[in-house]
Amino acid sequence: MDVLERFAAGDLEAFESLFRQYQGEVYRWIMRIVRNSATAEDLTVETFWRMYRARAQFDLSKGTCGPWLRRIASNAALDHLRRSRHEVPLPDDLPATAKQPPAEQVELRREILGAVDKLSPPLRAVILLALVEEEPYANIAQALGISENAVRVRLFRGVRVLRRSLSQAGVHA
Amino acid sequence: MNQHEIDDIKNLLKDSLRPVGGLELQRDLWPAMLRRLDQPAFRVPWRDWTLLAAATALLLFFPGMIPALLYHL
Repeated sequence: MDVLERFAAGDLEAFESLFRQYQGEVYRWIMRIVRNSATAEDLTVETFWRMYRARAQFDLSKGTCGPWLRRIASNAALDHLRRSRHEVPLPDDLPATAKQPPAEQVELRREILGAVDKLSPPLRAVILLALVEEEPYANIAQALGISENAVRVRLFRGVRVLRRSLSQAGVHA
Repeated sequence: MNQHEIDDIKNLLKDSLRPVGGLELQRDLWPAMLRRLDQPAFRVPWRDWTLLAAATALLLFFPGMIPALLYHL
């Protein structure tokens, strides 16, 4: 019996083996969406908790639990964004190679982060994954459980909302 | 909307937000996972119990609301 079969049967050692194998990958994926390490750690544990509870539903014929875990992780991250919407702003991480004067750059960055914060969680996730992390549409689609075309639609809608927000704030993209 | 407009927004975002997907996990989370597994599976927050009690009391005192409630469900 392999590790996935033992996990599906409720074997804690098999679960630990899968946890240790995938915890880094799940953490990095969640980090791309929530951009906060403490939150990403909590949501990584939450992801594996949901996986453990749903172990009986795991399709052993797939031979791997990676895509399933990424889907659970995405749902956990989106649930977090819905719960904490407008409470936790994006971190202020200015790259070292800023070309504009500091005050102007700080103000511009504040407006941009504010505009991203205003996006609904599904749009925000797609915008961050596609434009900042440059994740392929196929990966985003699989992780969010939507089609690649739906990813494009969310991207267009997100960009449109961002452009409107930034325009109202006097920033023209 | 065209690709040029998307690229403009992408450049603005990338000036303010660095990619974080390459950051590594700094600690083993298995101990935290074990603590999570020891917690009860489901807990109803006290506010939900309060809301449920209030709704039940309301329906008991004003049973005429039940058909209206059922209609809207």
